[in-house]
Order: sequence, then structure tokens, then C-alpha cells
Amino acid sequence: MALIELAAIERRFQLGDTTVNALAGLNLHIAAGEYVAVMGPSGSGKSTLLNLLGLLDRPDAGTYRLEGRDVTTLSPDEQAAVRSQRIGFVFQSFHLVPRLTAAENIALPMMLAGLAPAERTQRVNQALKDFGLDHRADHKPDQLSGGQRQRVAIARATIMQPPLILADEPTGNLDRHTGEDVVDLLETLNSRGVTLIVVTHDPGLGARARRQLVMEDGRLKHDSLASRQTACG
Amino acid sequence: MRLIDTLRFARDAATGYPVRTTLSVLAMSIGVAAVVILTALGDGARRYVVGQFSSIGTNLVIVLPGRSGTGGFNPANAITSTPRDLTVDDAAALKRAPAVHRLAPLAVGTSEISYGGRLREIMVAGSTRDFVAIRNFDLLQGDALPDEDWNRGSPVALIGAKIRSEMFGNAPALGRLIRVGDRRLRIIGILKPTGQGLGMNTDELVIVPVSVAQSLFNSNTLFRILVEARSREAIPQARDEVLAILKQRHRGEEDVTVITQDAVLATFDKLLGALTLAVAGIAAISLAVAGILVMNVMLVAVTQRTGEIGLLKALGAPARTIRLAFLSEAAMLSSVGALLGYLLGQGGAFAIRQAFPVFPAYPPDWAVIAALLTALSTGLLFGVMPARRAAQLDPVLALMKH
Repeated sequence: MALIELAAIERRFQLGDTTVNALAGLNLHIAAGEYVAVMGPSGSGKSTLLNLLGLLDRPDAGTYRLEGRDVTTLSPDEQAAVRSQRIGFVFQSFHLVPRLTAAENIALPMMLAGLAPAERTQRVNQALKDFGLDHRADHKPDQLSGGQRQRVAIARATIMQPPLILADEPTGNLDRHTGEDVVDLLETLNSRGVTLIVVTHDPGLGARARRQLVMEDGRLKHDSLASRQTACG
Repeated sequence: MRLIDTLRFARDAATGYPVRTTLSVLAMSIGVAAVVILTALGDGARRYVVGQFSSIGTNLVIVLPGRSGTGGFNPANAITSTPRDLTVDDAAALKRAPAVHRLAPLAVGTSEISYGGRLREIMVAGSTRDFVAIRNFDLLQGDALPDEDWNRGSPVALIGAKIRSEMFGNAPALGRLIRVGDRRLRIIGILKPTGQGLGMNTDELVIVPVSVAQSLFNSNTLFRILVEARSREAIPQARDEVLAILKQRHRGEEDVTVITQDAVLATFDKLLGALTLAVAGIAAISLAVAGILVMNVMLVAVTQRTGEIGLLKALGAPARTIRLAFLSEAAMLSSVGALLGYLLGQGGAFAIRQAFPVFPAYPPDWAVIAALLTALSTGLLFGVMPARRAAQLDPVLALMKH
């Protein structure tokens, strides 16, 4: 069964007098465990697609099924619950809360979900170890390097053990070397079965994904899986 | 989100921006402190006046000669001439009244006192033995006037503390003969110094038997009759009995005025209580202003933390959680401010009491409770709008602001 099924998705924005079709007639299936890169020029709709997949935005038309469940008709709070349990976000600018320590930032999703403190401490300690942040647990974000910050953000995205991780330009604010580390980390997660969808400008990063989607003017211009199937067929 | 986590999150958010938190806490505390201090002043004034007024005696009914002019023109007034004076016999007649515990006639005038070549102008009060007790005067030395026939007083006197020191210096005064007007009187008692207060200043007073005073002033009238009722409840009865007896003695004419200490006290109490309430109301305006400031601060917080709110939403926080977090932050700001203001206000009232020991500047309980409740409720009320605004932010737009 496909993890993500998008059917005839439309998303329009009103910019002054003109209507911009950020997404137009989009159909897409992504299976569980896939590693997908979404590429395309600015304004092609790839960020809108990611927001839509993350239930931060609603389509004007079409249906979105996540794990077989239609999530477009859910109320905002129900969508929040789905985000809490099923989706992890990694942002270009990390989005760490500056007044919280690394450990507290990682624990934030569990705190919002109301997990018991003992459970939270145990999971955070494990995550700190897994992501090589043992000695940075009590550091505030401004005391961490860019790579460490993004690792904290990835730890936070995975702490609720979601089946889907959405990464928006995860290496955009990092130098080449630390960017590589972060991508390795994300790919390790993918190799353990987590579905990984990365939006990127970087062709090098995009090429590492097993499946590439290229967006243009709100449409899917190229899908490497489809073309491979066509080539095989 | 668990409650404890919400509170901790709100606390960290508040302490994360120390300047704005300090300012809004300060505003709230000044508002509460203003209410506490101002009501302490108002209520202190009430207590002071009531206390001073109570100190002239307890359960007093005071008889004045003459009808006080209420009720406008009365044909009877046109026929009857000047009102009858109060006399010592009038006073003696009041002893019959069952509700009267004790009483003292009072004749007042000025005279001269001389001793050892020293001369001084003084106030003379002519009365009877119970006068000292009824007026709550304390004696430093000696005894009150002798219990004797009111019309045949012995040649004795009680003197005030200041007269004693001015006339006798450090020499003993008790038992000495002094001259008051044309009478030679023996000093049988010395009053304790009282200082300035409402009513009579006893430091410059000479108390003599009422008959002695009347012969000094060459008159047989009284200035007042001080009547002490048996109890607080007996005051109205005593008042009616006094009026009835005097009316009977004055041939059916009600030509005296009787005032009760209770009525005067109640009037002062009411008047100054209303003043305190008014002052509290004015101070409460500063609380409302503080509440609006908390709202402003919270609105700024929502704008400042838009990115964070977007993140919380992306991480799966429902609108309710975000609303609660901001509401608890507003509640914390106002409750800490209220608590601080309470301490500040109590400190201020304490400082006033230290500076003016005679002035009982204690804030009334109702004012303190009202101030704290107003502070908390305005803080919460004005926190609702910013909290709703935070909860309704669009997560996509909010995340773009960082």
C-alpha cells in the first residue's frame, strides 16, 4: 500500500488580481520506505507540495491519503494529531527554540504530545547518544554549530518515531562537509525504513535520492520512477 | 500537553525575555501596590478619626442646652423666649433614669491660676467625681474629685501635666494650695499628659467641683451634661429617658439637644469608609492600565515568537495547547506582579506606620482581596486575545518568519 496518495490536487494562491496555481492537477504515489527528492526552480510549487504533505496546508481540490486515510477532511486539531504522531519535519533554518537546551528541543514533540516525563528522558538520552550529541545536551542552540543544530532538529523530527520525514533544504544553511554528514544521517534513517522526502535546489543532493521528482509551474515535470517504469515497460 | 509542562513552558517563555517580563510585572505590581497603600491611607484615616472620637468616652450621650435648629419655623418658637439653661439640678435629676450608668455635669470657662508669684491663663472645667472616669482621663497622681453634694463642692482641684510643670517645676504639687480666680484650692490630683487629640487638651486644664466653677464664673448654667449609658444597646433608651426627664423639668418644652456618640461615630465611619472606597476605585484604574499593558506585552510576544508558534504547530500542537501556553504566561505575569505589588503595598503601609506611629495605616482585607482578584482577572482577560491570535496563526506563514 502506498504511504502517500495524492489525487488531482489543486492549490491556488491569490496574489493581488492574479491567481497563481501553485499545484495543478497533481497525482502522486509514494510508497513506504521510499527516498524521494523534490526539485525544481523557485516558485515551481515544491514547497507548497511539502507543506501539503506535512498537513500544514490544505488543497483547494483533490484528495490526500496518508497511510490509506483521507486526511484532507480532518479538522485542524485532528491534523495536528497526525503531524504529532506520523510526520517529522526538518527545516532549512533548523527552527530550534532558542531558550530551550538541545535536550529540551528534542523532547518538545513528546512534551506537546503529553508523554510521561520518564519516557521522555529515556528517549531523549537515547537520541542524544544516537546523534552524537551526548556532550551537547545542556547547550542552547546558539552554543551549537550549524551541523549540531541540524542534528538536534533531526533528532527532534524522529523522536516520535514517525514513518514519514519531510526535509526542506536540510543542507541549505550548512557548508558542504557538515551538509554531507546531515544527509548521511537522513539516509541512515531511510535505510531503517523511514520514508524520506527532501526538497532541494542542490542537484548533487537530489541525485543521491532513489527517486527524483522535478516540479515546474505546479506540475510534475519529471518523475524518475515513472520514466524508469516506462523505460522498462 | 501536560499541565505542568504547559506551566513550565510558559515560565521559560516569560523568563526568556527578561526586560518585557520585568516591565509588565512592574506595571502590575505598581497597580496592586497603589490600591493597597491608598486604601491603607484611607482606612487609616477612618480608624484614626474613629479612634480619637471613641477616646472621649464610651456609650456617651451628650446633652447641650438649646434646641438645634432643624425643622424650620415653628409657631411655638415664636411664643417661647430663650431656652431654659441646664442646671446642676437638671443633671442630678438624670441620675433617676434606669439606662444611665453615670453622668457628669460640665461647666467650662477660663480663669487665672497663680502659685508662688507665677500667673497663668487656664481653662477650668467644673464637674463631679465621675467626670474623669467618663472622659477616660488618666491620673498621674492623687485622686478624682471627692464624692459629695454637687451644690457644695470642696475647694479642691485637679491640674493638667503642663500646668504642673510650669507652675511647680520639679517640686511636688500634690497637696499645695493654688489660687484660681478668687478661690484658694488644694491640689488633689494631677492628670497624665495626653498630648494633642480630638476634643479637650487636658494638659492645660484645671478640673474643679462644678459648684466651685459656677461661683468662679458667677453663673449657674451648665455647658454640657455628659451621660454614660449602661451599655451600647442602652444608648437609645438613655437618650429617650434623658429627653423625657428634661422635658418634664422644663415644663414640657424640649429645649435641649441630645446627641449620641454612636451617631456621630457612625457618620464619621460612613464618610471615611466611602472615601476609602473612592480612593480604591481610583487606584483600580491603574490595575486596568496594567492589564492592558500585559495584553500589549503578550501581543508583542506573539509577534516575536511567530516562528516558534509555527514550529509548535508543525510539531503537532493543537490550537488549545498554544492558547493555554500563552494564557498561562499572561496569568503568570499578572500573578507575579500582583504578589509583588501586595508585598510592596504592605511594605509601604508598614513604612507609613513607622513614620507616623499614631496613624493606623493598615489596608483593609476587602481592598487587598479585591486588588489581587482584579489583577489576576484583568491579566487573564487581556491575555485571551493574544492567546487566540497565537492559536489562529497559519502555520505555513508562521514558519516562514524566523
